[in-house]
Amino acid sequence: MKVNSPLEAYKYLPKTNCGRCGEDTCMAFASHLIDRSNKATDCLPMVEDDKFTKKLEELEALLAPEIREVTIGVGEKAVKIGGDDVLFRHKLTFFNKTAYAYDVTDTMDEKELLERVNAIQNFKKFYVGDFLSVDMVAVRCVSGNPETFATTVKKVMETTELPMVLCSFDPAVLKASLEVAAERKPLLYAATKDNWQDMAALAKEYEVPVTLFAPNDLDMLKTLAKTFSEMGIDDLVLDPGTMPTGKDLKTTFGNFLKIRRAGIEGDRDIAYPIMAVPLTAWMAYDDEISASYWETVLASVFTIKYGDIMIMHSIQPHALLPQVHIRDTIYTDPRKPVTVDPGIMEVGEPNADSPIIITTNFALTYYTVESDVSSNQVDCYIAVVDTDGIGVEASVAGGQLTAAKIKKTLDDAGFDLKDKTSFNTVILPGLSARLQGDVEDQLGSKVLIGPADSGRLPGWLETNWPPENK
Amino acid sequence: MSNKLKLADFNKLFKDLDVESLEGVTIEGDIELNISGGGGLNPAMAYALGHEAAQISLHIANIARMLGYPVDQLFAEGMGLVPPSPATVAEPAIQNLIDSKFEVAKIAEWNTPIQEVTLGATSADGGSRKKTVTLGGEKAMPYYFDAEMPHRNYVTIDVFDMPISMAKSVKGNYADVMEDPAEWAKKVVNDYNADMVTIHLISTDPLINDTPAKEAAKVVEDVLQAVDVPIVIGGSGNPQKDPEVLERAAEVAEGERALLASASLNLDYERVAKAATDHGHAVLAWTQLEINAQKELNRKLMKQCNVPRDSIVMDPTTAALGYGLDYAYSNMERIRMSALMGDEELNFPMSSGTTNAWGARESWMKESPLAGDSDWGPREYRGPIWEIVTGLTLSLAGNDMFMMMHPTSVQVLKEITQTLFGSIESTPTDISNWVTAEV
Repeated sequence: MKVNSPLEAYKYLPKTNCGRCGEDTCMAFASHLIDRSNKATDCLPMVEDDKFTKKLEELEALLAPEIREVTIGVGEKAVKIGGDDVLFRHKLTFFNKTAYAYDVTDTMDEKELLERVNAIQNFKKFYVGDFLSVDMVAVRCVSGNPETFATTVKKVMETTELPMVLCSFDPAVLKASLEVAAERKPLLYAATKDNWQDMAALAKEYEVPVTLFAPNDLDMLKTLAKTFSEMGIDDLVLDPGTMPTGKDLKTTFGNFLKIRRAGIEGDRDIAYPIMAVPLTAWMAYDDEISASYWETVLASVFTIKYGDIMIMHSIQPHALLPQVHIRDTIYTDPRKPVTVDPGIMEVGEPNADSPIIITTNFALTYYTVESDVSSNQVDCYIAVVDTDGIGVEASVAGGQLTAAKIKKTLDDAGFDLKDKTSFNTVILPGLSARLQGDVEDQLGSKVLIGPADSGRLPGWLETNWPPENK
Repeated sequence: MSNKLKLADFNKLFKDLDVESLEGVTIEGDIELNISGGGGLNPAMAYALGHEAAQISLHIANIARMLGYPVDQLFAEGMGLVPPSPATVAEPAIQNLIDSKFEVAKIAEWNTPIQEVTLGATSADGGSRKKTVTLGGEKAMPYYFDAEMPHRNYVTIDVFDMPISMAKSVKGNYADVMEDPAEWAKKVVNDYNADMVTIHLISTDPLINDTPAKEAAKVVEDVLQAVDVPIVIGGSGNPQKDPEVLERAAEVAEGERALLASASLNLDYERVAKAATDHGHAVLAWTQLEINAQKELNRKLMKQCNVPRDSIVMDPTTAALGYGLDYAYSNMERIRMSALMGDEELNFPMSSGTTNAWGARESWMKESPLAGDSDWGPREYRGPIWEIVTGLTLSLAGNDMFMMMHPTSVQVLKEITQTLFGSIESTPTDISNWVTAEV
């Protein structure tokens, strides 16, 4: 992106504040162009009126990200990778989360294959109001046989709508699979210095994105990218090789840094998304636990530093959970505090006999508590206290969660404990036990100390609720 | 086409055609140009023939254009004037790779090194440690190719002055030594490869055992006796009691150049700072995920308390993976980058309470409390990796020293940070055919 401020983008807009884009003013629209929540083509006057055509083109060119954006797959499950403008997330944010692909091979029997594909597409982990999941299936040709590979790819397609990476260095193998899969816009893996002409022909004929693989040879990687671009193929992904251990790994790390830095700094020839293959950990370690640990370590390193898409092998929960979490961590916009609105929330259909649970407005805390009770069919109230988006333990220590704040939350919501509840009792999180006396004084109510982790609330309520005496 | 035409006649025929009025033209049979010059074709004749041929071509081309044939493209290609348009060519026309050289510049703005801080003192320096640890000295972001990183990352393992509750998979490693901090310290150094030991004097908290500072200091002496690595001395986190506890501990550890944890804005940091300067220790400046608070505290330690620059380490707070690590990561990354770009209130080494990862339910809970989640798998495997990824993430943001607990986490974190540092040799893996690897 060549523009940094809303003011620069504003210059290109009609400045009529017509409101058709849904924003009140052109300046508001401009600021959402910069944070990418609006596109230039959302400005209908610019699209409709010929006199703006040139300005629209200029604006779109200015707004285009430094790193090319590549789409893999079709429909709702399609993934976009690349599209970044900065080297450090606090400067703007990182866009388009790293796409995680997990492998299957064409030597698996049908049962094993389908089970694995289903395990990949069905994995989900609740987090902050939504589920984290993984994105793609990488199909590796181990058989070397084009028909076998095509049959496997077809079975994968019949089982899932997740986008695919089709992996082989043999153009005949990839051609056979493209005959059945091209409409799904899979990513080809990979063109090398030896097969590049055939791979380019395939990418062109079937109009699919393609990976360029030049292990530890950045000159060759750039050479391939420049050549493909000259041929009109710009949906490219770069794989500089993921060497899994020792000094080779240090070199790989350096390669990722170098490619991204050059791309962000304006070397258009190499400004494409980067692929990491943590799966190579399995070539260096024999036992499953070591391999899956090291694979997760590599996945974490290259999620943090510039991997846009990666291929992994382990689908064990101890590998998947930290992977989806580190990705969410790095791609969360660091400029926005993740909070929910304070107030009294109703879960299920609470009545006067239902518990009232105190928590903070840190989104993670709130959604965790909310999902812990709602998924266990507990009808209750949750009093969400404004702690400036700080979690329970830290906000007790820092003075953002106090008896007075809890009272204010209830008062602001017009929630009178004596009036609306039978027991005049609130439940404090276990980690805020030390507020008990103060809260009792301030609210004139009884206070129960709940468990330290809200995951234990349902069980805890079974023995502690309703409170013994009304 | 039985009549023979001279070239000139042919030309004349077309020359006078009004091509725009042509209707229903059909071209039948082959047009054959028979130029029989033999050996006697003189240059003037050849020129004349060429001219005629070109004229005919032009006329035929005009007709072809009228019929909708892409004449110009054909001519341009035939003459080698422009590259073929991709739309009309099925095969890539580029026959050779376009050689290209990759280059990228180093970052010039990183012009201020991080302050070096040495912990632990050997007999030569009046202490009794066999090893010392030096943190800091970086001139670039960690493991970057811009500049060699002078010192690797170090791990200090947590030891407590009383048995505490901890995740099952951590506890399993310490059950036999929890009653004896000195034995605990020995175990983490000898068995678990700790570079340093952190003794947390948590029993001094008035709400726990309210152990007197003098008694707590005795534990510090025991730990110093038990191990020969540098130590970190931690209080209980009680802001009223900690200054007193750290003063007594600093006194008994005189000469050993320990790290006192911590000075913070919510307690009497002057007392902690004075304890450090009086007895030759370094001080850990702890703030809560706030870059300006960190600057303020560091400034106060330097200007108001006269703590030397080589005696300050920062702890800008570690939030666990999934529990605020996004803030902790950027907070550290911003601090380190400001430091490299010249902010002298921030260019100190950093420490992380990586153990906080064990607060994440994913690291210790037996199974997910949520019906919608996929199976979480055995917690014995989840826990260590949670601590590893939390620490690893912060190492990439610039963290120098890790306070940790699980032996597996320590081992893997040390392996990855030292690999990126460049000191791990290993047999290279041939990845060129990874696609077909049997894994």
